[in-house]
Amino acid sequence: MSYVFGVMIAASFLYALIDGSLAALSEGMLNASGEAIELLLSISGMLIMWSGFMRIAKDCGLIEKLSRLFAPILRRLYPDVAPDSEAFRYISMNISANLLGLGNAATPLGIRAMRELKRRSPGDTATDSMVTFVLMNTASIQLIPTTVAALRKSYGSQQPFDILLCVWITSVAALAAGLLSSGIIRRVKHGSRHPGAGHRAVRIRNLQGRQSV
Amino acid sequence: MLVTALCVYGICRGVNLFDSFVEGAKEGIETLKFIAPTMIALLVAVGTLRASGVLDRLAELIRPFAEAIGFPAELVPMGLLRPVSGSGATALMTNLFEQNGADSFVGRCASVVAGSTETTFYAVSMYYGAAGIKKIRHTLFSALLADFTAIVISVVTVGLLMS
Repeated sequence: MSYVFGVMIAASFLYALIDGSLAALSEGMLNASGEAIELLLSISGMLIMWSGFMRIAKDCGLIEKLSRLFAPILRRLYPDVAPDSEAFRYISMNISANLLGLGNAATPLGIRAMRELKRRSPGDTATDSMVTFVLMNTASIQLIPTTVAALRKSYGSQQPFDILLCVWITSVAALAAGLLSSGIIRRVKHGSRHPGAGHRAVRIRNLQGRQSV
Repeated sequence: MLVTALCVYGICRGVNLFDSFVEGAKEGIETLKFIAPTMIALLVAVGTLRASGVLDRLAELIRPFAEAIGFPAELVPMGLLRPVSGSGATALMTNLFEQNGADSFVGRCASVVAGSTETTFYAVSMYYGAAGIKKIRHTLFSALLADFTAIVISVVTVGLLMS
């Protein structure tokens, strides 16, 4: 982050120096700080309001419901995570919270999910499930992009939510590209047709153990 | 409408609507407090970058390539910044809103990009950091490929569905 910040400032300064537009540069800098505060104030109302309503959704148990709804899909994406494990519950709760746009709720759930996954396979190398999980968190899978809509509204959009369908299609396409490329690389690099085969064996053993009980 | 349905459902489930809302609003303020300093820092950096004219020059350099394949050149800077800095990309998006309007083609594309991507580097470092993973294999490649796909598809969907 500090690298990005430094490069941006340094690049502008150097360019302005060469271009002879230093006066415009300092004026732009001063204006930007004022604009930043105005912008924050203009989005804060909508942001806080939606956080409030999404919290109601969470307290209603809607997130738990969504988790159950997505279990069949998630089972396919995480073949080496048992559906009744803690890791699986945290994964689905994280995904559901992301869908509802509850970034604050999603982050701690996601961190717990990663720790659970790590507990199952110690070492400092990411497992297939970890890669899949991080990819699902780097692609935004939000049902209602509230922050963007708030910004659109404050910049005079007639219908801030009219981009919804495009956002959904684009999100799905981006996530699919990420997951597909991950699957292909996995197969090419490791020559394994069954990623997580080792884990699956463990799971089968667990199931057999349960049956005998 | 969504909000009304939510409130009715909440009442049926016996949730204290007001308390829940206030709790959530507190979280919202926390989020705001969390993003405000970075936002101001990056908005200043973006403002400086814009005032210096270096961005325009860079976009000019890429423009012929972008136009050759029918891609709106105004989106290039935002696409470059999106995986690295969420607030920086947001600042660029609001610039596009100011210059072209929020309901313009470019404004809509930028909105779709912002709504369908995350700050990749931030999420990768946070989640792997939490689990103590050092070898992240192909995660970053796939994540950046997803970001690139999002930018391309945003132009395609907005072009097909909203013009």
